[in-house]
Amino acid sequence: MSLTGSQILLESLKLEGVDTVFGYPGGAVINIYDDLYESSIEHVLTRHEQAAIHAADGYSRCTGKVGVAIATSGPGATNTVTGIATAYMDSIPMVIITGQVPTQLIGNDAFQEADMCGITRPCTKHNFLVKNVADLAKTIKEAFYIARTGRPGPVLIDLPKDVQVAITDFNYPDQVNLRGYKPTYSGNPRQIEKAAEMLLQAKRPVLYVGGGVNLAAADDELLKLAEQTKIPVTTTLMAMSAFPQRHPLALGMLGMHGTFYANMAVTECDLLIAVGSRFDDRVTGRIDSFAEKAKIIHVDIDPTSIRKNVEVDLPIVGDLKDVLGKMHGYLNQRVGLVEDMVESTEEWRATIDEWKERHPMTYRQTKSVIKPQYVIEKISELTEENAIITTEVGQHQMWTAQFFSFRHPKSFVTSGGLGTMGFGLPSALGAQMAYPDRQVIDISGDGSFQMNSQELATLVQYKLPVKIAILNNNYLGMVRQWQQMFFEKRYSQTVMELPIDFVKLAEAYGATGLQTSKVEEVEDVIKKALETPGPVLMNFNVSREENVLPMVPAGKAINEMVLAS
Amino acid sequence: MKHTISVLVENEFGVLSRISGLFSGRGFNIESLSVAPAMDPELSRMTIVTTGDDRILEQINKQLNKLISTIKVLDFTSEDFLQRELAMIKVATAPEDRAEALRIADIFRAKVIDVTPKTYTIEITGVPAKIDGILELLRPMGLKEVVRSGPVAIGRGAKGVNP
Ligand SMILES: Cc1ncc(C[n+]2csc(CCOP(=O)(O)OP(=O)(O)O)c2C)c(N)n1
Ligand SMILES: [Mg+2]
Repeated sequence: MSLTGSQILLESLKLEGVDTVFGYPGGAVINIYDDLYESSIEHVLTRHEQAAIHAADGYSRCTGKVGVAIATSGPGATNTVTGIATAYMDSIPMVIITGQVPTQLIGNDAFQEADMCGITRPCTKHNFLVKNVADLAKTIKEAFYIARTGRPGPVLIDLPKDVQVAITDFNYPDQVNLRGYKPTYSGNPRQIEKAAEMLLQAKRPVLYVGGGVNLAAADDELLKLAEQTKIPVTTTLMAMSAFPQRHPLALGMLGMHGTFYANMAVTECDLLIAVGSRFDDRVTGRIDSFAEKAKIIHVDIDPTSIRKNVEVDLPIVGDLKDVLGKMHGYLNQRVGLVEDMVESTEEWRATIDEWKERHPMTYRQTKSVIKPQYVIEKISELTEENAIITTEVGQHQMWTAQFFSFRHPKSFVTSGGLGTMGFGLPSALGAQMAYPDRQVIDISGDGSFQMNSQELATLVQYKLPVKIAILNNNYLGMVRQWQQMFFEKRYSQTVMELPIDFVKLAEAYGATGLQTSKVEEVEDVIKKALETPGPVLMNFNVSREENVLPMVPAGKAINEMVLAS
Repeated sequence: MKHTISVLVENEFGVLSRISGLFSGRGFNIESLSVAPAMDPELSRMTIVTTGDDRILEQINKQLNKLISTIKVLDFTSEDFLQRELAMIKVATAPEDRAEALRIADIFRAKVIDVTPKTYTIEITGVPAKIDGILELLRPMGLKEVVRSGPVAIGRGAKGVNP
């Protein structure tokens, strides 16, 4: 079958099971858009290319599928970079198609030319410039394969305009052969046995779980292993929804804004089992005192993650589903020993329970002013944790991690590694495209919201009933908190001097706007928003100088926390 | 500690910048780098000399391996290996130095490959230390220009890097 490059692209996407793409047109992709005009693939027109990438990213995070986005060359393509870097830092599988100037013009500073392979080299898992239409199908096949296998990540395909119109025979390969890329899925059985033995010997074990569990869809295996061995589980920001947060073994988040008991447990444990986590500096605090008393087992599909930041006693390279499943299986054949282990760790869990009682996650309720944490607890309650929650970046993000009791896998979508303000709204859009019937809520800050607020238009146009809860403190709150604590309250450029009428803004786009400053109205506003069809923006004017606590100051060990009084 | 690493990569567009970008982006050192097509024309072979402690070297190896374009990485440091570098040295030769320069070249089994009334250009191959050695001796005469290829390396015995 003879097809043009752009037809090959769309046919290949279909063969990869893609039914939804996010993007923005322009001269260098006009041929692709011409073919999209009557294609069965649904294209969602965001209002900014960055938002298209975040939307594809959100789509991927809550489905596990590869997210796909399209942008034109030059400015369209450079607008995608923050989105791509966001996905890269959190290992999200995506394929990004950017248009490029015709091959004979590449390197000539042509109109709307940008060296996208050069620009995205450090923030993609891999990228391709396709110079010959004969290579296109194979390249797309490889791009999807690379994006979704091993440690996933975004892959960019830069597609010059002349390649889009060139014609060739279309054959979609059914296999890839990449000599240099053979990820290890199956964990070494000897290492897994050793890990299980270490676990049986431990007196004070802790599971330290990261975003890898989402990516490997290993939440079930994790839960089974934790319940079998009664090992307490602390989760990173990326993994909050990978383990039910109301579970008695859940310790909540660890690290800079972790719970007292999670940070104490990691400090005091004698065995730390890191699964799909990467010892990020926001998690470890001062690295040399992190889990100082513990032997460390590190399970990860990416060998570079292991021993990057800390020495490890037992590394296991492999897929978490495989490794955790096998560990569970191995222990299932040693029921007696597991029982002994559960018994001898009784005291450890009692100690943790004492910590939980001594410093639970709390905040001071008031009658006069809305506490942001209260809004989050109410959203958690009123949605019965069935919603998919996205966030922007800042205090509201940390409070969401602390106070929302996640219980469904892949229900928390947040930018962890890069910490990208403006991520929440477009990623909610992507999540809602994936699950039209589920409740999707963006918990937002007044600062972050303004970084991609134009996506209200996309929500309204596509009738996507995303609910937005702005916890409005009229501050770039997280930065203000640092200025308060470490810069003598010199609030340099963190006061949002111009209060925005977010209700009117929502209405201008044709969405519904609600707001309140009263504690007693919070529930009603949330209920009303949940009942109202279509997108609804809720503006909550909250206690302005509330701080996120506990907090481990930069450079301190994670047991040196500033606690809520 | 100094490490000599051989990397076999796909001989394709942009691969050199993937490697050099990896080193600069992660703050790894490159002391020297040489690249040429490998036995299999679809591949290139790079020889990289770098420094760092064990932890950094482990990361360098892993990160190089992680690149999709990388086929094989071999750190020769713990292996028995041969290393050769080529240098061309243009040395100023005053009349009274000319005989001495030739003598030095001879001792090092180097060749004079270009002669002018005031200069010799000397070609030498050997381990990097040998090149350092001849430079040391020629320096007092006046080095006008020196180009070094950076070392290339190959394992001793029957084992090879090529697939
Ligand atoms: C794109 C981007 N720019 C700057 C920052 C630095 N930053 C982190 S949190 C924050 C404040 C966010 O303010 P807001 O969205 O109102 O959330 P709040 O902390 O007040 O809840 C800033 C500026 C960032 N994370 N991302
Ligand atoms: Mg704010």
